[in-house]
Amino acid sequence: MELLPTIWFVAIAVLWTGYLFLEGFDLGVGMLMKMFARNNTDRRVLLNTIGPVWDGNEVWLLTAAGATFAAFPLWYASLFSTLYLPLLAVLAALIFRAVAFEYRGKVDSERWRNRWDWAIAVGSFVAAFGIGAALALTTTGLPLNGNGDRVGGPMAWFSGYALLGGFGVVAFALVHALAFLALKTDGDVRYRARRWFVRLVPFAVLPMFGWMVSVQFLSGKPWTWALVAAAVIAVVLAWRLARAGSEGRAFSALGAFILCATASIFGAAFPVVIPSTLDPAFNLTISNASSSDYTLGLMSIVAAVGLPLVIAYQSWTYWVFRRRVSAAHIPEAHGFLPAIAGKVMNPKDNTPATSTPPGD
Amino acid sequence: MDALEIARWQFGITTVYHFMMVPLTIGLGLVVAIIQTIWYRTGKPEYLRMTKFWGKLFLINFIMGVATGIVQEFQFGMAWSEYSRFVGDVFGAPLALEALLAFFVESTFLGLWIFGWKQLKRGVHLACLWIAVIGSVFSAYFIIVANSWMQHPVGVEMIDGRPVMTDAWAVFTNNTALVAVPHTLFGALAVAGAFLLGIAWYHLWRRRHDGIDVVGKDGKLVPGEAAIPGRDKTDYTVWMTSLRIGAVVAMISFAGTAITGDLQGKLMFEQQPMKMAAAEAACHDGTGFSVLSVGNLGATNCEDIVAVIEVPGILSFLAKGDFTTEVKGVNSLLGEYKEKYGTHLPDNPLYGERAGQEIQYVPVMEVTYWGFRMMIGFGGIAAFAALLALWVTRKGVVPGSKWLMRLAVFGILAPFGANAAGWIFTEMGRQPFVVAPNPDMNGIDQVFMFTAAAVSPGVSAGELMTSLVVLTAIYAVLLVVEVKLLVKYIRGGVASAMPELGHPTDSKDHHDKNDDGPAKSGNDVLAFAY
Ligand code: HDD
Ligand code: HEM
Ligand code: HEM
Repeated sequence: MELLPTIWFVAIAVLWTGYLFLEGFDLGVGMLMKMFARNNTDRRVLLNTIGPVWDGNEVWLLTAAGATFAAFPLWYASLFSTLYLPLLAVLAALIFRAVAFEYRGKVDSERWRNRWDWAIAVGSFVAAFGIGAALALTTTGLPLNGNGDRVGGPMAWFSGYALLGGFGVVAFALVHALAFLALKTDGDVRYRARRWFVRLVPFAVLPMFGWMVSVQFLSGKPWTWALVAAAVIAVVLAWRLARAGSEGRAFSALGAFILCATASIFGAAFPVVIPSTLDPAFNLTISNASSSDYTLGLMSIVAAVGLPLVIAYQSWTYWVFRRRVSAAHIPEAHGFLPAIAGKVMNPKDNTPATSTPPGD
Repeated sequence: MDALEIARWQFGITTVYHFMMVPLTIGLGLVVAIIQTIWYRTGKPEYLRMTKFWGKLFLINFIMGVATGIVQEFQFGMAWSEYSRFVGDVFGAPLALEALLAFFVESTFLGLWIFGWKQLKRGVHLACLWIAVIGSVFSAYFIIVANSWMQHPVGVEMIDGRPVMTDAWAVFTNNTALVAVPHTLFGALAVAGAFLLGIAWYHLWRRRHDGIDVVGKDGKLVPGEAAIPGRDKTDYTVWMTSLRIGAVVAMISFAGTAITGDLQGKLMFEQQPMKMAAAEAACHDGTGFSVLSVGNLGATNCEDIVAVIEVPGILSFLAKGDFTTEVKGVNSLLGEYKEKYGTHLPDNPLYGERAGQEIQYVPVMEVTYWGFRMMIGFGGIAAFAALLALWVTRKGVVPGSKWLMRLAVFGILAPFGANAAGWIFTEMGRQPFVVAPNPDMNGIDQVFMFTAAAVSPGVSAGELMTSLVVLTAIYAVLLVVEVKLLVKYIRGGVASAMPELGHPTDSKDHHDKNDDGPAKSGNDVLAFAY
C-alpha cells in the first residue's frame, strides 16, 4: 500500500468532511430562507448568522476540488467530466447563491428581496443535492471506460445512488442548519429551530444512512460497519440533547454524525476512488489515479502547515462572532438619502427623494 | 461547432469575464487598504469616508469574482479532462495551494473586515483587510504560476507520456511567472486608478453642477455645504483626494506595466517566438515595430500583409534590448516549428475528427496583432488621461463641462479593455498549443500539448453548448445587475456606504427589545447586517 496516496485519500476525505460540516449548515440556512423564516426580519436573522463565514466555508469545496486535481488528477478529470450536467447545475446554483447573499439587501424593495431569497433557497438546495449526488456516485460507481471517460451519453451517470446522496446531503444540511440556528440565534427563531430539529432529525438522516449502508454492502469492512453504528448513536444523542435544550452539545453530536458518516463511506470505498460500473479492471484507485510521490510529498508539507492554520483562523472567526443573533439586533433597513437627488428613490415608499439640492 | 471550439469559446468567455472582476478586486483592495491605513494613522474623517465608500464598491464587485472563480476551478475537469490528466502532476499543485493558502485567507479575513468594524480593535480590524488583500495577491501569484507553466513548462520530466514534477522550485519561480505577476498586479492597479478617478470626477462635477461648490475669483474652489446629509465640506475633500490618488495610481501602474511588459516581451521572444512574430504580423525577419499593418491579417498565408508605418529598430529593442538584432518572422519560424513538432496532428483517437490534419502553427494574427496594440493603447490612453486630469484639477477645480465628465467616467473602461486584450493576446497567441513547448527542452524531454487533444473525450458537444449558453446567459444578467448596483451606490455618494451620515440621530426611539421589532443600528452584535 502506498503511503503518500493513502495520506492524500484521507486528506481529501477530511476536506469533504470539513465541507459538509461547515457549508452543511449554511446551505441548510439558505434552504430555510423560504420554508422556516416567516418574515423579512427572520430572514435577516438567518442570513446574519452565516454572513461572516459562508464564503470561508465554501472554500472547503474549492480546496477539496483543487486537492483532488493535484493529488489524483485522473480522479478529478473523470469525475468532473462524467458529471458534466449536474456540476453545471451546481455551478449555476453557487453563483446565484453567492451573489444573492451580497445583493439581497442592496435594494430596499420587496420584489427584489423575494427574488434573491428564492435564489438563495433554490441555489442552496441544488448545490447540496448536486454535491451529495457527486459524492455518492464517486463512492458507488460510474460508467467509465479504460481511459476514464464516460460511456453512454450525458445522463449515463444517473442511478438511485445519486438520489440517495443528493437527498442525503440536502436533508442533513436542513437539520444541521436547525441545530446551528438554535445555537446561534435568540428569541423566537431559536426556539422554533429547536422544535423543528427535534421533530425532523429522525427522518432527515435516513437517506444519508441509505447511502452509508449501500456503500458498506458494496465494499464495506468491519471497522466501517462499526462507524455506521457510531453514526446511529450520534444521531440519537443529538436528538436527546436537543430535546433537553442543550443546543451546543446537540450541534456537536450532529457533527459527530457527519464525521462518522463520511469516515464510514470513504473508508469503505478505499482504495477505489471511482469504481467503474462497466468493468472492475477500469476502476480508478489511489494507485492508478494519483500524482507522483514528489508532488504528493510537496503538497503534504504545505498542507501540514496550511491546514492547521486555516482551522485556527477560521475558529477565531467563529469566536469573534460567537454572540447569538436575534431579531432585536437587526438594524432597521433604512436606505440612504442619495447625494444625487431626483434619480434615486426614497427607500421607504419608492417615491423620489424629497430633499432637493440648492441651486440646481 | 465541434466540442473543441465550444469548449474554447466557453473558456475564453468565462475567463475574460472572471478577469473583469479580478483586477478591480485586487487593485481596489490595495487602494482601500492604503486609505484605511492613512485613516488609522491620521484619524481624518475624509479617509474614513473614503474607506467606507470605496470599500462598499469593492465588496459589490468582490462577490462576482468569487462566483465566477468557482466556474474556472471546475472547468478544467469538466471540459478539459484530457488536459487535466496530462498536466495534473504539475498544474494541480498551484491550484490546490491557491485555495489552501490564498482563498481561505481572503474569504475569512474579508468576512472579519466586513462584519468586524465594532468587534475588533481598530488595529486588528485594519490588519484583517491587509491580510485579505495580501491573500488576493497570493491568489494572483499561484494562478499565474499555473498559467505560466502552460506558456513555458519547466521543472518536469516526461515519464510514461506525462510530465512529472521534478523541481518544484523551478515551477514556482518560473521566470515567465515572475514577470507576469507584477505585470498583472500593475494592470489591476491601473483599473483601480481609473475607477477612482472617473467616479471622483463625477462627484466633483456634480457638486459644482448642483451649486454646492463655486469657483472663486482666483480660480480656486470654494467648497460649500448642501442640506443633503453627507454633502458637506468634507465630502469635497473625499472626492478631490480620491481623484488625486486615482490619477497617481493610474500613472504609476502604467509605468509599471510598461517596464514589466518589456521584460515579458523579451521572454516571449525566447520562449514563444511565434507569438512574438504574430504579435507583429511580421512575415519576414526584421527589426521594425509595426505601427500600422494592413492586409488580410486573418489569412494563414501572410504574404499579403503590408506594414504601412514601421519604426525601425523598435522590435529589436522589445525583443533583445538593442536596435539591430533581426527578429525572426513567421516564415522562418514555420519551418522550425514543423521540423520540431510535426506537420500533422498524430493519428490518435484523442484528436477526434482532427486526427491527421495539418497543424496550423500561426495564431490568428488579427487577434495577436490588435490584441497587443489594444493592451498598450488602452493602457497608455488611461495614463495620459490621468496626467491631464491632475494638471487640469491642480487648483482643486473640476471643469464644468459635461462631456469631460462623461469622458472621465467612460475612461474607467480603458484599463479593463487593456487587461482583456492582454489575456486574449497571451492565450490565443499560444495556439495551437495549450501547453506551449519550451524551446530549451529537446528530444524525449519535450513537453507540449496541442489544444486539439485537451478537451474531454467523453463530453458531447451538446453538453458543452448547454453550459456555454447557460453560463453566458447568467453572466450577462449578473453583469447588468452588478453595474446597476454599482451605479446606484456611486450616485448615492458616501452616505450610501455610511447610513449614519444620512441619519445622524437615527432611531433613538427604538429601545424596546421585543423579538420582532427593529433595534437601533450599531449595537455590538452586528456592526454590519445583511
Ligand atoms: C492595464 C493592463 C495592461 C497594460 C497597460 C499593459 N499590459 Fe501587458 N498584459 C496585461 C495587462 C496590461 C495582462 C492582462 O495582465 C497580461 C495577460 C497575461 C499576463 O501575464 O498579463 C498581459 C500580457 C502581456 C504580454 C504577453 C506575455 C506572454 O504572452 O507571454 C506582453 C509581452 C505584454 N503584456 C507587454 C506589455 C507592454 C510592452 C505594455 C506597455 C505598456 C503592456 N503590456 C501594457
Ligand atoms: C491558470 C490560468 C489559465 C489557464 C490554465 C488557462 C487555460 C486555457 C485553456 C485550456 C484554454 C482553452 C484552449 C484555447 O483555446 O486556448 C484557454 C483559452 C483562453 N484563455 Fe486561458 N487560461 C488561464 C488563464 C486565463 C486568464 C486569466 C485569461 C483572461 C482573463 C485567459 C484567457 C483566455 C482566452 C481569451 C482564451 C481563448 C483563446 C482561444 O480560444 O484561442 N486565460 N485558456
Ligand atoms: C483560469 C484560471 C483561474 C482559476 C481556476 C481561478 C479560480 C478562482 C476561484 C475558485 C475563485 C473564488 C474564490 C473564493 O470563493 O473565494 C477566484 C476568485 C479570484 N481570483 Fe481567480 N481564477 C483564475 C484566474 C485568475 C487570475 C488570472 C487571477 C489574478 C491575476 C485571479 C485572481 C483571483 C482573485 C483576486 C479572486 C477574488 C475573489 C477571491 O479570491 O475570493 N484569478 N478565482
